[in-house]
Amino acid sequence: MANDVALTVKGLKTYIYTNNRCNRALDGVSFEIRQGKTLCIVGESGCGKSVTAASIMQLLPTLSRIEEGEITYHGPDGPVRIDQLPRDGAKMRAIRGKEIAMIFQDPMTALNPVYSIGFQIKEMLKYHTGLGRSDRHSKAIDLLRSMGIPLPEKRVNEYPHLYSGGMRQRAMIAIAMSCNPRILIADEPTTALDVTIQAQIFELMDTLKRDHGTAIMLITHDMGVVAELADDVAVMYMGNIVEAGPVGKVLRNPVHPYTRALLDSIPVLGRGKDQEIKAIPGQTPDPYNRPEGCQFADRCAYRIGACDQMPDETQVAPDHRVMCWRYEEFAADAAE
Amino acid sequence: MTDANATRPRTRRDAQFDKIRDREAALAGTRQRTGRFMSKFLNNRLAVVGFVIFAVICLMSLFAPLIAQHDPMSPNLRAIAKPPSAEHWFGTDKTGRDVFARVLYGGRVSILVGLGSALLSAIIGVIIGVYSGYVGGWLDWIAMRISEIFMSFPQIILVLLLVAILGQSLLNLIVIFTLTGWGGIYRMARARMLSIREEEYVQALRSFGLGPARIAYKHMLPNALGPIMVNITLSTAAFILQEAGLSFLGLGVPLSIPTWGNILNAAQDLRVLEQNWWIWLPVGATISLFVLSVNFIGDGLRDATDPSQQG
Amino acid sequence: MQPNDPILKLRDVQVHFPVKTGVFKRVTGHVRAVDGVDLDVRRGEVLGLVGESGCGKTTLGKAILQLVRATQGTVTYSGEDGETELTSLDDAGLFRFRKRLQIVFQDPHSSLNPAFTIFGSLEDPLRHYGVKTREERRKIVGDLLEAVNMRRESMDRYPHEFSGGQRQRIGIARALSIEPELIVCDEAVSALDVSIQAQVLQLLMELKREKNLTYVFITHDLSVTEYLCDRIAVMYLGKIVELCDAEDLYANTLHPYSEALLSAIPVADLDKKSRRIVLQGDVPSPVNPPSGCPFHPRCRYAVDRCKTEVPELRRFKSAKGEHMAACHLIDQPLAE
Ligand SMILES: Nc1ncnc2c1ncn2[C@@H]1O[C@H](COP(=O)(O)OP(=O)(O)OP(=O)(O)O)[C@@H](O)[C@H]1O
Ligand SMILES: Nc1ncnc2c1ncn2[C@@H]1O[C@H](COP(=O)(O)OP(=O)(O)O)[C@@H](O)[C@H]1O
Ligand code: SF4
Ligand code: SF4
Ligand SMILES: [Mg+2]
Ligand SMILES: [Mg+2]
Repeated sequence: MANDVALTVKGLKTYIYTNNRCNRALDGVSFEIRQGKTLCIVGESGCGKSVTAASIMQLLPTLSRIEEGEITYHGPDGPVRIDQLPRDGAKMRAIRGKEIAMIFQDPMTALNPVYSIGFQIKEMLKYHTGLGRSDRHSKAIDLLRSMGIPLPEKRVNEYPHLYSGGMRQRAMIAIAMSCNPRILIADEPTTALDVTIQAQIFELMDTLKRDHGTAIMLITHDMGVVAELADDVAVMYMGNIVEAGPVGKVLRNPVHPYTRALLDSIPVLGRGKDQEIKAIPGQTPDPYNRPEGCQFADRCAYRIGACDQMPDETQVAPDHRVMCWRYEEFAADAAE
Repeated sequence: MTDANATRPRTRRDAQFDKIRDREAALAGTRQRTGRFMSKFLNNRLAVVGFVIFAVICLMSLFAPLIAQHDPMSPNLRAIAKPPSAEHWFGTDKTGRDVFARVLYGGRVSILVGLGSALLSAIIGVIIGVYSGYVGGWLDWIAMRISEIFMSFPQIILVLLLVAILGQSLLNLIVIFTLTGWGGIYRMARARMLSIREEEYVQALRSFGLGPARIAYKHMLPNALGPIMVNITLSTAAFILQEAGLSFLGLGVPLSIPTWGNILNAAQDLRVLEQNWWIWLPVGATISLFVLSVNFIGDGLRDATDPSQQG
Repeated sequence: MQPNDPILKLRDVQVHFPVKTGVFKRVTGHVRAVDGVDLDVRRGEVLGLVGESGCGKTTLGKAILQLVRATQGTVTYSGEDGETELTSLDDAGLFRFRKRLQIVFQDPHSSLNPAFTIFGSLEDPLRHYGVKTREERRKIVGDLLEAVNMRRESMDRYPHEFSGGQRQRIGIARALSIEPELIVCDEAVSALDVSIQAQVLQLLMELKREKNLTYVFITHDLSVTEYLCDRIAVMYLGKIVELCDAEDLYANTLHPYSEALLSAIPVADLDKKSRRIVLQGDVPSPVNPPSGCPFHPRCRYAVDRCKTEVPELRRFKSAKGEHMAACHLIDQPLAE
C-alpha cells in the first residue's frame, strides 16, 4: 500500500519573516500525494496553498524558514528528506524539474519572453537527461504535440508572445512534463484562463495521470474544480488542513464547519434560481493576528468555549480526518 | 548516501528569525506594532531634520547682512587664501574675500535659482502634463511636440539666444531653466496620468459625469505626486550646479556676484583643490546639505500623500 | 412605466477600436469589440451578460453608460420623461442621465482612489449632484456604508485598509450614492474569494429588492448568473449568440457555443458531473473575425453554410418567454 505514495508531508510548519514580523503561514500541515492520483488543495486566498507548494519545491522566499515537520519524497532510490536538503544544492536542483515539476498560476509571466518555447523545453531536457541535440529537438516537438498544440514543428521555434494564454499554459505543462516527473504540482493553473480553455487543460491533466501515472497536486480555490478532478481533497484554512479525505467523502459528507459553509456558499450550476446560498460571515483573520485557538472560530456558527484552544487532527475514518472540537456531532449528522 | 538526520547548518538569519518568532510568541494576543510605528516615526524625523536644515540655510542666507561681518565682494589684499580663523570663519579666497560671507550671500542667488526654477518648471509641467495626459487628443499632441522642441534644443543655444535678447540677469537664468526644465516633469506627469487613467476609479468618476479638470487635478494628481516630488528635488540640485556652469561661461550671474556655483568654480584649479580646502569644502558641504534637506522634505511630503505609508 | 417595460434599448450597437501600427500610427484595422448588438434591458430585471474574456462584455457595459461611445447604433433610455437617445447626446446633455445609470467594477484594488479616504472618494459625486453641506454628505455616505453592511466609521479610512470584499461593497455603495435606476456590475464578484462572493451576491439582491434596481450583470461564471439573473445573454466575438430566460439556458440550451460553455463549468456537485465538451483552439482575434458564423472554426456541428452565411438572431418558442439564438441549425435537431 505504502509504495504508491509519492510524497509525504508531515507536521509542516513554514513561517515567513518579512517586515520584522512572523507570519505563521503554515502551522502544521500533513498530507500525502499518491502515484496516479490527484490531490486537490482548496482554500481561500492567503490560507497557505502556494506556500505549501513552495515548501515542497524549496522555492520559498529568502525571509522564510521551514520550522518543523518533514517533507519526504519517495523516489526510485528510496526516501529523500526534501526539507533537509540545502535550498539550492545540487540534490535539490536534480529533484526540481526532474522528479517534481511545477506549473504556475500566471502563464503570461512564467515563460521567458526572450527564448523560444522549444529552447525552453530543450534546456530542461539538456539539464536533466542525456539526450543528444537532435533527440532533444524531436522530443520537444513530441511533447508539444501531446499537449495538443497544433503544428508543433512550426510552433516549437516560436516565442511565447505568439502563444495565447491557453497555449502558454500548455507549453508550461510541456516544459514541466519534459523529464517525466513523478509528481506535478500545479498552483491554480487555470485561474487566469477562460472556462473553455480550462477544460482543455483539465483534459490534458487527466491524460497525464492516466497514461503516465503522474501524481498531481492541484491547488485551487474552486470547489467545482475539486469535484471534477480530485481523487483526494485537503481543505485549508489559515495554515491548517481542516479536513482531508477522498473526494467522495469530503464533498458528500463534509464534517468540518468550514467545508460545509464553503459548499453552502457557492451557487451550483443546474440547481436553478431557487437554490439557497449561505454566505460565510466575516472574513479571514489578519495573518499577523491569528486567533489563539481554532482559526475559523470567529466565523463559525458552532463555536463553543473549547474552540479557544487549537483542536487536534482526528480521524473520522481511516482515510478521512478533521480538525474540529465538535466533529463527532457533525459526523453523526453527516452519516444520516 | 542520503543522510536523513543531517539538519541544515544554522545561519545568522536563523538567529534573527528565532528572535522575531519568540517576540511574537511572547506578545501573542496583545496587539503591538512597534516595528511599523518606529519606522513611521523615523520617516517623519528625517523630514523634520530636513526641514530644519533647509530653514537654517534659507534664513542664514536671507539675513546674511546681519550675520556676516565682512563684505562678500570686497577683496582684502592682506588676507589672501588664508585658512579659517576667528576673524574669517571659513578663511578667505584667492582675492582675499571672506568665504563665510560669500557662502551666505551666495545662498541667496543659488536657492532662488535652484528651488525657484525647479518649482516653476514643476508647476508648469504638472499643470500641462496632468490635464493633457488625462484628456489626450490634439491638446496632448501639441503639448508633446512643444516639450520635444524645448527638450531637443541645445540648452546653451537657448541661453545665448535669451542672453542676447534679454541681457544677463538672474531672472533670465530662472526663465531659461524653467523653459528647459518643464519638459521632463511634464513627460513624467503625463506618463503617470496615462496609466492612472485606466484605473477603475477614474472610470467611476467619469460615470458620475464629473468634469475632466476636476478628475485630473483633484483625483488623479495626488497619485502622481511621489515621482514629481523626487523630480523636484533632483532638478533643484541640478539647477544649482548648472547655474555654476553658466556663470563660469559668463552667461549666468556675473562672476563677481557670489553664488554657490561661482564659489565652487574657483576650486577648479588643482592647486586650490589640494592646498586651500577651505575654499571649496564649506560650500560643497552646504550644497550637499541643502540638496539632502530638500530630498528629505520631498520624501516626507511623498509619504504624507501616500496613505498606505501612514500607520 | 410598467415593471417589464424596457429601461434601455440597444439597437445595432457597434464599438470598433482602431488598430494603429507603425511609426506613423496608421489605422490598419479595427478591433470589433462589440459588433452589432440588439438588446432590451427590462425595468427591474437582472440581465446576465456572459462569455469568454475578450468577447466584448465590458465594452458593451461601458457603451451602455456612454463611457465608450458606440461607433454605430443607438442606446435609448426610457424613463418618466419619455425616451432619450443617449448616443446622440454630448457630455453636457448626458449629465442628467448619468444619475440614472451606474457601474460597479471588477477589480476591487483599482476601483477606489488610494489617495483619498472613503469619504473623500464618495463625497465628490454627491457634491456634483447638489448636496451642498459637508454634514449632509457625511450623513449620506454613512447611510450608504450602512446599507452595504459596513460601519459608518469606515468612511475616514483609506482603501488599503480594507479587504477585497469590503472594497467591493464600498464600490457598490458608491454606485448607489446617486440613486441610480440601473447598475452595470462588471465582474463584480469575480475577483473575490468564494466565501466573500456569496456575501456580495446577497447584498446585491437585497439592495435590488429595497431600491427597485435593474442590473446588467457581466460575468464569465455561469453558475453565478443562473442563480442571480432573470435573463442571460451569451456573447461571442462581439455578438449576442443566445438570449433567454436564465433557467431556460441550462434546461433548454439552443446554441452550440452556450452548450460548450455550460459543459465546461466545473460543478461542485459530484452527482451532477456532466460530460465536458472540449472546444478546440482559442477565441479568434476580434480584428479578423471568421466569416459567416463567428463560432464555426470551433463548432462541432458546423456545416458548409456556416462558413459563408452569418446566422441571424432568431426567436424560438419557449415556455419561459422569448428565447433567441443565432445558429443555422437550430430548426433542425442538433446532430450528435
Ligand atoms: N513572499 C512572501 N512574503 C511575505 N508573506 C508571504 C509571501 N508569500 C506568502 N505570504 C503569506 O503567507 C500566507 C499564505 O500565502 P499563500 O500565497 O500560500 O496563499 P494562497 O493560499 O496561495 O492564496 P491565493 O489563493 O491568493 O494564491 C499569507 O498570509 C501570505 O500573506
Ligand atoms: N480601449 C480599447 N482599445 C482597443 N481595444 C480594446 C479597448 N477596450 C477593449 N478592447 C478590445 O475589445 C475586445 C473586447 O474587450 P472587452 O469588452 O474588455 O472584453 P470582456 O469584458 O468580454 O473580457 C478585446 O479584444 C479587447 O482587447
Ligand atoms: S473547533 Fe469550534 S470554532 Fe472551530 S470549526 Fe469546530 S466548532 Fe467551529
Ligand atoms: S451557425 Fe453553424 S457554426 Fe455557427 S453555431 Fe450554428 S452550427 Fe455552429
Ligand atoms: Mg497562491
Ligand atoms: Mg471584462
